Amino acid sequence: MLRESAVDSLRDKQSIADSATYAMTGEATVSAFLLFARRFFARPLPRFAFVLLILVILGALFAPIISPYDPIKPDFSAARQAPSAAHLLGTDDIGRDVLSRILYGARVSLLAALIPLSISISVGIPLGLISGLLKGWTDDLIMRLLDALLAFPRIILIIAIAGILGPSLLNALVAIGVVGIAPLARLTRGLTLSASEEDYVLAARALGSSNWRIMLSHILPNITAAIIVTISLDIGGIILAEATLSFLGLGIQPPNPSWGSMVAVGNRYIQTAPWISLAPGTAIFLTVMSINLLGDGLRDALDPYLRNR
Amino acid sequence: MGRYLLRRIFLMAPTLIIVTFLVFLLLFLSPGDPVLMLVPVDEVAQLTDEDMERLRAKLGLDRPIYVQYADWLLQVLQGDLGRSIHQRRPVVDLLAARFPVTLELALLSVLLASVLAIPIGIYTAVRPGGIGDFIGNIVALMGVSAPNFWVALILIVVFAVQLKWLPAGGFVRISEDPTRHVERMILPVITLSTALMAVTMRLTRSSMLEVLNEDYVRTARSKGLGQRRIVFVHALKNALIPVVTTVGLQIGRILGGTIVIELIFSFPGMGKLLLDAIFARDFPVVQGSVLLITLAFMGINLLVDLTYAFIDPRIRYAS
Repeated sequence: MLRESAVDSLRDKQSIADSATYAMTGEATVSAFLLFARRFFARPLPRFAFVLLILVILGALFAPIISPYDPIKPDFSAARQAPSAAHLLGTDDIGRDVLSRILYGARVSLLAALIPLSISISVGIPLGLISGLLKGWTDDLIMRLLDALLAFPRIILIIAIAGILGPSLLNALVAIGVVGIAPLARLTRGLTLSASEEDYVLAARALGSSNWRIMLSHILPNITAAIIVTISLDIGGIILAEATLSFLGLGIQPPNPSWGSMVAVGNRYIQTAPWISLAPGTAIFLTVMSINLLGDGLRDALDPYLRNR
Repeated sequence: MGRYLLRRIFLMAPTLIIVTFLVFLLLFLSPGDPVLMLVPVDEVAQLTDEDMERLRAKLGLDRPIYVQYADWLLQVLQGDLGRSIHQRRPVVDLLAARFPVTLELALLSVLLASVLAIPIGIYTAVRPGGIGDFIGNIVALMGVSAPNFWVALILIVVFAVQLKWLPAGGFVRISEDPTRHVERMILPVITLSTALMAVTMRLTRSSMLEVLNEDYVRTARSKGLGQRRIVFVHALKNALIPVVTTVGLQIGRILGGTIVIELIFSFPGMGKLLLDAIFARDFPVVQGSVLLITLAFMGINLLVDLTYAFIDPRIRYAS
């Protein structure tokens, strides 16, 4: 008991960012994580975003169970019906239920967040770590290549790569992931550079630790929180990128539903049946907004100094 | 200044070479034969292997990739971007017809976004925590989260379909009919400026807040200067430096955004050209568009760096 309260008072004296870092890296006591959670859910907007996002995830997971209609089979007798009790969000150009397609489309959007992120993370973070720790010509080589990629408008590069690889959902996601490598590597490099000047790295070096060990057990845990915050603020943009590619016909191919491609189809009927594109467009907007709000909340909870920025 | 400029322009070359070679490589490796795209579908079956070889040789596609790239690069240096495989016209002509449309869209959007966002950002910084601040935050969040094609469609539904104030799309050259030209520019420009406005507003606000906490602002206050003079004379110039950087970088995003917007509003710009060329495997056009967009993006960034010197006299490009 006594020891616990001593730990707690010690924590209180540290900045919240530090204790949240412990929470993020799993070296935490439960109380540090609770502190982070309490901070995070204290404000209404992150709470609202959290609930909304949970609903989207549940909708995606249970789409086959809760969808009122088949998302792919056309029903020409019911084409372009306005929202009604039978079809809550109306039907599309060939009579498919828009709500059912949105539920299935949520799967694509969530997948769209996961696959590109895992590509960017698994290549970008190691590149940044190596670049920042080894310095010298390795650093120069890696950074010059990445600079060239960053010198190009991001979405146009994504469109060019996805288009050249050929229109498919996987190619679109790979293109988004590959283009996401450069900014993440650069961020990791910057954080690694400043972390490698810290005393604990010097101490580890003096004890004879290898670069490999310094990288994985000393630097990485210390920069994880900052990376997570940046990534959480990027996820919205990634989902938007997939929606844009699908909208342009470079992502998912018909008849499978994705929010972006549904908007593209509805674009042709915008004058007579606006719900076909406005409903999935609103789904994209609400999802991306929740993710951005969560990212903001995460940043605020991890680092109160950044609030009001 | 002159030497700095020369050095910057010289440094653009390696980036341009890496980017164009990357696109060249991707095109080379990608599935889909440009030769097949040339031949009408019903004649493809009649093509013999020899015909294919002949067509390929005629287009120069049978040579090794580094020869093709070096050849392309040499031609580019002489101002020749090759001919479109699909449209059978010089790529330079196509770009010259399309680029001004995209550039006008992009510049007008940046202008509109800056004119609206910077004053709002200043206002919310001067009165933090107020109702204006709250609304500003919500608008900024919505601007960052809304896909621009969704914003475009909502604007079309409201202003073109329901209110019938503006046309839903189409493009008229300013030389043909200035009024109809402007009418058709309004909705695309508003759409493109929303996301930029959100970012600029947030940034102006935080940058202004920071500057207002500086010592020299306190000094100005203690001299008894009025709030208006402090904000606009002392703080604004310093607060604008990061804003200018971001607005410059955002032009790249705007150039990307125009691809979608040109499609929705049926504008004959670069975006439509690039997308059609990608689908048709029209390699020379893809290469030329990519080169021009990169060049424009880098040129804008250079301009941004140069404007620093005007905003902030401490920054001088001597060496």
